[in-house]
Amino acid sequence: MALLEINNVSIAGVITAVPEKIVDNLQSDIFASTEEAEKFVAMTGIRQKRQVTATTCTSDLCYTAAVELLEKLQWDASEIEVLVMVTQTPDYVVPNTSIILQDRLGIPKSCVCFDVPLGCSGYVYGMSILAQFLQTGGLKKGLLLVGDTLSRQCYPGDKTTFPLFGDAGCATALEYEPGKSMKFNLWSDGSGYGAIIVPGGGYRKPFTQDSLIAKADDEGNVRSEINTYMNGTDVFSFGISVVPAELKKFLAHYNIDKDAVDLVFFHQANKFMNETIRKKMALKPEQVPYSLAEYGNTSSATIPVTITTVLDMRNKNILMCGFGVGLSIGIGYAETGEHFVSGLINY
Amino acid sequence: MEQFIENFYAILENTDRTALTPETEFKQLEEWDSMTALMTIAMIDEQYGKKITGTDIKDCNTLSDLYNKVSN
Repeated sequence: MALLEINNVSIAGVITAVPEKIVDNLQSDIFASTEEAEKFVAMTGIRQKRQVTATTCTSDLCYTAAVELLEKLQWDASEIEVLVMVTQTPDYVVPNTSIILQDRLGIPKSCVCFDVPLGCSGYVYGMSILAQFLQTGGLKKGLLLVGDTLSRQCYPGDKTTFPLFGDAGCATALEYEPGKSMKFNLWSDGSGYGAIIVPGGGYRKPFTQDSLIAKADDEGNVRSEINTYMNGTDVFSFGISVVPAELKKFLAHYNIDKDAVDLVFFHQANKFMNETIRKKMALKPEQVPYSLAEYGNTSSATIPVTITTVLDMRNKNILMCGFGVGLSIGIGYAETGEHFVSGLINY
Repeated sequence: MEQFIENFYAILENTDRTALTPETEFKQLEEWDSMTALMTIAMIDEQYGKKITGTDIKDCNTLSDLYNKVSN
């Protein structure tokens, strides 16, 4: 078990930026009938999602969120010493988007910058990585930028992915603060790598002129090999069995009373799956906020998006749990202070 | 087996109880879709504490096949 406690680091704030365009799944022509659309919304809880234009990148959303966050915290860009970007929709295959954002945000060249290409579990992983850079106090302030624009990676006619995924970019500020602590449980299972995958365009299956051809699979869902494929049943089966088990191990190891946790932020996969996990964990509905109805599954951004939909996030102890592509799970526990800032803005 | 069929029937909305027997090819039911598959996985997890995958469902044709996966 990758259980770790990181001391002397706290979360100062979180800002989310979402594109203005709202897609209403009940109005979407992706479904064959109103009845089918209603069944989808009832099951997934995803009524709406936000969608970027064809020229907006994840980094644009994260940049906007970061600028707002620095302003609200009254931090200067020159104070940022480490920047981690978690995304599966970077600007370029090469180089890392975090380094481009260092320059764009006016952060000093002495800043540590790199990307972490994780998805659903990525926010918690990113937080654990950033916190480890800050824990000794050698570096004092860091930014964690996470987000995805999967509307540009999914095939628009694929019912198994396109209506689920929304676009969002978030910025989270971490700082060295003696006396504070964070706890993590990180987990991986590569035997399930095929459950959520973009099979083509990498070096295992390089991009060719055929990569763009959209074909129907056994279930009649159409996509090309450079689009996201998701085996929903396998992801569901993993989510409702392994996630509660790893959460229970984490809570037991650190002797955390689940009933004393103020808020539990799950990766927003879909309502049916999340509610199944919540019930298995015997968590109260008021402990578990959702952002699915308005923003859908925003991949790596779901946890910060949900945090920024809660009105008052000051002085809360929070449990975070991301799970999915990899397969991978990231579980984290932290506390917010009385000066914690948060907010959700349009891009 | 009878109880398993009852549990399966409970997740359905538009299927007659009499249409369900151990020999029923559940994926041929009119209301069977990817969401019914998720509900079946959840029902088996909740009622039997067993983890069933998408591949398991693909491998099964009848309710009896599915029940055998659960009871093994």
